[in-house]
Formats: sequence, structure tokens, C-alpha cells
Amino acid sequence: MIVFRRSRRSTRAAIVMTKRAFAGLCLIPLAILVAAFFVLPLARLVATGASGELGIKAYAAILLNERYRTTLTNTVLLAAATTIATLAIATVTGLFLQRHKFPGRALVVAMLTFPLAFPGVVVGFMIILLAGRQGLIGEATLRLFGDKEVFAYSMGGLFLGYLYFSIPRVILTIMAAVEKLDPSLEEAARALGAGPWAVYRDVVLPGLNPAFIASGAIAFATAMGAFGTAFTLATDVAVLPMLIYTEFTLSANFAVAAALSVGLGLVTWAILALARTYGGATVAAAG
Amino acid sequence: MRDRAIFAGQLIFTLLVAAFLIVPALLSMLAGVTANYFRGIRSGLTLQWVLQVWELYSDTIFRSFLIAFAALAVTLVVGVPAAYALHIRNDRLSRAVEEIITLPLAIPGLAIALALILTYGGFAGFRGSWLFILAGHAVFTLPFMVRAVLAVFATIDIKTLDEGAASLGAAPWRRFRDVIVPNARPGILAGSLMVVTLSLGEFNLTWMLSTPLTKTLPVGLADSYASMRLEVASAYTLVFFVMIIPLLIAMQIFAGTRGSAVGAAR
Repeated sequence: MIVFRRSRRSTRAAIVMTKRAFAGLCLIPLAILVAAFFVLPLARLVATGASGELGIKAYAAILLNERYRTTLTNTVLLAAATTIATLAIATVTGLFLQRHKFPGRALVVAMLTFPLAFPGVVVGFMIILLAGRQGLIGEATLRLFGDKEVFAYSMGGLFLGYLYFSIPRVILTIMAAVEKLDPSLEEAARALGAGPWAVYRDVVLPGLNPAFIASGAIAFATAMGAFGTAFTLATDVAVLPMLIYTEFTLSANFAVAAALSVGLGLVTWAILALARTYGGATVAAAG
Repeated sequence: MRDRAIFAGQLIFTLLVAAFLIVPALLSMLAGVTANYFRGIRSGLTLQWVLQVWELYSDTIFRSFLIAFAALAVTLVVGVPAAYALHIRNDRLSRAVEEIITLPLAIPGLAIALALILTYGGFAGFRGSWLFILAGHAVFTLPFMVRAVLAVFATIDIKTLDEGAASLGAAPWRRFRDVIVPNARPGILAGSLMVVTLSLGEFNLTWMLSTPLTKTLPVGLADSYASMRLEVASAYTLVFFVMIIPLLIAMQIFAGTRGSAVGAAR
């Protein structure tokens, strides 16, 4: 009996051993891929940032050089405005769609989530069709007021593009969060005499807070790093990704481009990490 | 009465938001088959722009599919075993690994592309081939595959299944093939849809990684937006929609049958 037990324990130990060893083997392809094409290049990027005439001070130049600082400020302001507007729009529509059943609701949800897979370049083109030289808004204002309104290539167009990009993603997160709200809390508030606005202010919106933090952080980080939309709109507004691109390809200023990229990466990473600490569940950024 | 007014207000607002998103997409689909967009639909419907896109850009379409399926193959071979290992080990090291592989989601694609060019730009053969783009796509899409598979492992008792098979004498590789992979299938499918969709539409990395001889579809799109007439650019966008819509529908159906796992992976 004892012999049997011992042998069982040792086979179990053997199984665990080989299992850990096998798990280790399973990680080897990942380690190679990530080391070669992500970790090593990132290290190279950080090193290149400090390899220019300025040396390590290139990183300080992001904040000290006026042109870079203005660009950074523009980008942060634009990303913040996008985030706030997207959250407001997505909360109203998300709450409405999750709380009301009406004919055609599925179609509206499909319309709101259809642009999920659009890359930034396509979003830029959508904005050109809306507000560009041959755009819908231009045609409408020309007919109504005799004056062609074209703003696709300005800050307004960029803002509209970032909104277009982030609304579908944020709406999905908010709808999922609304679905998980406990309706009995609202009933209790109502039973205690709270009016409809008070219920929203004190029960519903605080309940959605984790979703606001998670999806807001993603909207912000995505807007900070968005390149395709700005590129398509060939905008004259200086945003950070466009600055990095022009520094790298037109000025061949590798060190500054690398330093700016590292700075941008740190900001977006920090925003998402903070949101994960304070917001609970996270959703990944894409595009 | 007041409730009705609030309902109507919210409905109108929601419809306006939906219109903002869908009207330009419909306009571009229409423009792609209109003879002259400036003169409108009266100028007649035509497929000449779509044909022109095919002549000019069909190579980008094939290359995009090639890269998307290659990225899928890489993320399957690398990501599925890795997800299993991360789930089984569940120690500090595996959490650190998970953290590192999800970093590409938090860092803008432009920065990753610059990093890759600074590191491998000197290897002309590699730099000029589609494999260079694949490297970027594989790193960028990998976390989606790993997370989708991990999400499934979290809902089933994979350890007991694994140990059960082990006690029956199955070798680790066989257990992985015959027990783990079949059980992870929903996650693998969700992850695969994500990887292919993201790779087909990827621009931020690809614009920098591609060369004039290795353009992908989104790179060609940017090119056509800048230099082609609106009808051609629209027809090209239409081709992209036709490619991406079945994938989106598949994801929706899948999300419907499996709760919000796909949404969570995103």
C-alpha cells in the first residue's frame, strides 16, 4: 500500500515537472519573436533618442524646445477634447440604446458599431467626404448660405475624425457597462423619492465610472497616437505623430524622431496603466 | 408626456450620431460606383472605377491577405502555446511576460515601426520584403490572440483536464494537441478573427514598414486618397469594405453566441 502511494506521488511529481518544463518550451517561440521584433527594437529606439547632437538631453528638448512643446500641448488638448466629447456622446446613446427597445434598434446599433474596423486612413477619408472640398457639409452650406464650409483639413476636421474613430469603441464599452448595472439600486433611489435626474447623477453615472475611466483612457491614448487620420487629412495642424513622421522622413532627424516616439509611447502607456489601476477591467486599444 | 419628449430627444440624438458615422461610409460606397461624383448619381452608375482600382492596386489586396494570413499563422503557432504556458504557470514571470506582450497595444504603431526600422533597416533584403511588415503585424496582433485564448482558459478548468489526460499517460505534446487546443477553440477562433481584421486594416505601422514595392491595401488607400480622383479613392475604399464586412459580421455572430468574449478581447 505504502509502496503504491509513494509511486503515485512520484509520478505526480514527474507529471508536474514535465508540465512545467513543457510550459517553458511553449514560451520559447514567444520569447524569440518578442525579443527580436519588440524588446530589442524598443531598446534601440530609446538609445537612438539619446544618440543625436543633444545626447540624452534630446528627451528634455521635447518639453524645452518651443516647437515640440507647442505640438505636444496641441496633441494633448485635442486628445482630451476628443475623450470628453466621445464620453458624453457615447453615454447618452449607450444608455438610450441599452434601456429602450424599439423597432430598428438592432439596425441603429449595427450602424454605430460598423466603423469599428476602419483604420485611421479610412476615417480621414470619411471626414473628407463630410467636410472636404467636395464634401457634404460644403455642398449643404453652399446651397443654404451661398458659402462653402470646408474644415476637414483644420483642427475641426481632425477633431471630427478622432470622434468618428472613438465613438463606436466607447459606445460598446458603455453599453456593456449599462447592461451590468443593478436595476434594483435605481428602484431603491426612486422609492426613496429621488427624481429622474438625481437617479442619473447619484446612481447611474457613478455606476458607470469604471467604464468611463477604461474607455476614456483608451480614447485618449488612441487620439494621442493616431497617425492615419492626420496623415490622410494632410492637416496643417501640428500633432505629435505627424511631427515624428516629418522629423524622421523629411528631416532625417532620427534622434529627435526616436526621442519624441519614446515620449509619446511613455505618455500613452502611462495613461492606460493609470486607468487599469483605477478603473478595474481594461479593454485594449486597437488601431 | 414629458417621458415621451425625453425619449424623442434621445432617439433623435442617437440617430444623428448614427448618421454621422454611416452617411460618409454610404457616400463613399456610392461615389465608388458613380460615373461622376461631382455631378451626382444622375451621371449614372458604373463599375469602371472598381475595375481601375483592380488594375492599379490588385497587388496590394493580395499582399494584404498574404500578410494577414501569415500573421494569423505566426500568432497561432506562437500565441496559443504561450497562452497555455502563461495560464499553467501563473507566476510572477508569466505576469511579466503578459505585460510585455500587451505593450504593443499601448505604444503607438509609429513608434514601433521606427524602432523596427532603426534596428533592421540595414538588412536591405529583409527591409524591402513583405516579411518586414509581417514582423510588425505579428508583434501588434499577438496580444489579441493570447488574450482571447486566455479568456477561454479562465472559464474552463484546464488544469483538471490536463492532469486527467496526464494521469491516463498522455505525453505533454499529445495533451496539448488533443485536449488543450480543442477546448481553447472558441478563443482561438475569436482571436483569429481579430488578428485577420486588424492586420488587413493596419496602417500606423505599415506605412513606415512598407516600400513602394510592398504596399498593402491601407497603404494603397492612403496613396489613392492623396493622388487619385475621388471616385477611384471611393471605389478602393469600397473594395476594403467588401473585404472587412464579412469579418465584422462573423465577429458579431460570434459575440452573440458567446456573450461578450470578443468584445472583452478587444
